[in-house]
Amino acid sequence: MANLTLVQAINLALVQEMEKDDRVLILGEDVGLNGGVFRVTDGLFKRFGGDRIVDTPLAESGIIGTSIGLAMAGLRPVPEIQFEGFLGPAYDQICSHAARMRTRTRGAFTVPLTIRVPVGGGIHAPELHSDSPEAIYAHQPGLKVVMPASPYDAKGLLISAIRDPDPVIFFEPKRIYRAFREEVPEDEYTVPIGKARVVCEGDDLTIVSWGASVVQCMQAIERSSASIELIDMRTIYPFDIDAVEESVSKTGRCVIVHEAPRTCGFGAEIATQIMERCFLQLEAPVQRVAGFDTIMPYYKLENDYLPDADRIELAIQEIGAY
Amino acid sequence: MPITKVLEAQIDHVSILDEHGNFDESLGKGLIPDEDLIKLYGHMVICRLLDEVAFKLQRSGRMGTYPQNMGQEAPSLGAAYALETTDWMVTCYRENCGLFWRGLPMEKILQHWMGDERGNDIPRELHATPIAVPIGTQMLHATGLAWAAKYRGEKRVACTFFGDGATSEGDFHEAMNFAANLDIPVVFFCQNNQWAISVPGKIQCSAPTVAQRGFAYGMDCLRCDGNDIFAVVHCMNKAIASGRDNKRPTFIEAVTYRLGDHTTADDARRYRDAEEVELWKARDPITRIKAFMKSRKIWDDSKQAELEEHADEAVSAAVKRAEGIEAPNKEDFFNWMYAELPEQLVVQRDTMRTSSIGQDPSQIESPQASQQS
Ligand SMILES: Cc1ncc(C[n+]2csc(CCOP(=O)(O)OP(=O)(O)O)c2C)c(N)n1
Ligand SMILES: [Mg+2]
Repeated sequence: MANLTLVQAINLALVQEMEKDDRVLILGEDVGLNGGVFRVTDGLFKRFGGDRIVDTPLAESGIIGTSIGLAMAGLRPVPEIQFEGFLGPAYDQICSHAARMRTRTRGAFTVPLTIRVPVGGGIHAPELHSDSPEAIYAHQPGLKVVMPASPYDAKGLLISAIRDPDPVIFFEPKRIYRAFREEVPEDEYTVPIGKARVVCEGDDLTIVSWGASVVQCMQAIERSSASIELIDMRTIYPFDIDAVEESVSKTGRCVIVHEAPRTCGFGAEIATQIMERCFLQLEAPVQRVAGFDTIMPYYKLENDYLPDADRIELAIQEIGAY
Repeated sequence: MPITKVLEAQIDHVSILDEHGNFDESLGKGLIPDEDLIKLYGHMVICRLLDEVAFKLQRSGRMGTYPQNMGQEAPSLGAAYALETTDWMVTCYRENCGLFWRGLPMEKILQHWMGDERGNDIPRELHATPIAVPIGTQMLHATGLAWAAKYRGEKRVACTFFGDGATSEGDFHEAMNFAANLDIPVVFFCQNNQWAISVPGKIQCSAPTVAQRGFAYGMDCLRCDGNDIFAVVHCMNKAIASGRDNKRPTFIEAVTYRLGDHTTADDARRYRDAEEVELWKARDPITRIKAFMKSRKIWDDSKQAELEEHADEAVSAAVKRAEGIEAPNKEDFFNWMYAELPEQLVVQRDTMRTSSIGQDPSQIESPQASQQS
């Protein structure tokens, strides 16, 4: 066991999968000698060489489009898109091809591809370096969407993603890349895609969240005297509604927290399914503490945009008083 | 004859004032009058100083990530000098010097990198678009802007700036294809600084020149020493004339070098040799003009001292203005979203909440209690 940051845990997962399986290769902008702009692929170029850690031309559609071809040929490409804001040029390849290949060829071709993408705000970055587009990709049938909130989960989920037979978008919350450390086993293990994690148990209220917001939720819970259950979804699609149902059926109250804009955020889908499954157990309307329906502001105002412990705490009090 | 040659290409490289001080009189004479050269030089010196100061601001936590322009002052400046103020400048982030020449207040650039959107509120009369963050996208906008000018029968052109890395993006190729095939007067100005963060130019373009990408689309293309402001102006004059008179686009590759890190978040020592940087320091666009002006006896040490004093004042004043701007109002990130704000956004703005009870506390409080609070 080693005490690792999220970046180190991802790096370890990449190293181990590459050592085990020579079909795995990494491609993207600056992933080689530079080790990626967040240093997630640090040391890999030296270790595995330029055939397996490939600095590509600056073209996201190219990165994903060629990755689709590599995957169709039976390899396991792990492309990196430098920031979530630059998924745009790759959108067509992701949604028009990667997501549809299996079904439209009835399995003749598949795309076992893992797209790694740093995501989210809170690091004082420039424009288009702080967004949260997970719901956009969850809305595209044919993709799996993952977002770990801890080093342990990051390693286990990334290994699952790389071994998964279908395309996975693996969002890495950059705000917690180095925010804290956690014991991460050296040995190989997986965390299943599609399973949530109960971070702490409680009876009065359920908070459902994912990504860096999980940290803000824990801060708010610490301040509260209520008995709160926190669920980290870990996977956005396919999502673990059973875990949510079980918890909300017990507590009767639920606050959903995410950085992405509220309207059509993934919280909307979860809230709907809670309504469908737990209608008679609900004591209060499900609350969403989310980003506003605006463009993510430049960093001077980003803290006014992002859901923080204060806003979560207010929601906890209000839903409790309902 | 079963095989015939259908195409032969030639790409010209223009150099007028080289790094050793050689000056080509036939091309350079009268190109930039002395008094203009002095002004251009002053701009470069101020711009360089701003870069140094901005770097320190970032390191001391007074500014966010900042991309230095160091070493690349001449390309955008030469271009801005050759353009009219009514011509569009469609930039990314290494065109500070040209934008300042155009008249953009320096504090606007600082404000942008200090994380304040109002830095993008560019005076309309400057005909300059805000810094484009997604690489390789803005050339299409330039093509649309120039198209609009042509549509209206105006003689304007649009000049769009981008790096060598940007020439790998699909949008760049679409812009070139549109402009060439629809006769749109765009100047595609590539600042080939030979690096895209850590990725060397040969990964973006394995052909001997980037300029020939323009040729492939059927437009005129020129390559020049980007650190030679005379060469830049020479190429721009040709491109602008072709745009104004014949509505034809031109591709210009200005060969230059990024002397600093990619941004303050980068450490170039990880991926490039110090020797290469030293080589390019010797080709610095600023020292080159200074030596030239001295050799022409239009510059001396006392003028230099005066300029440096002026530069100090100008840059500190800009920093002071940038830091003195009152903090942005959080309502602003709502208020500018639409011409007319949808009701739901009005509620979000006025409550700064997204939860339903948070937006309507009367659901839990007695009306009386909410009146008191
Ligand atoms: C679409 C997109 N992908 C990736 C990035 C991240 N990024 C910012 S600058 C840069 C390199 C740009 O290189 P180049 O076009 O040569 O311009 P230079 O920085 O050298 O001036 C990259 C990859 C981005 N801003 N936009
Ligand atoms: Mg470059």
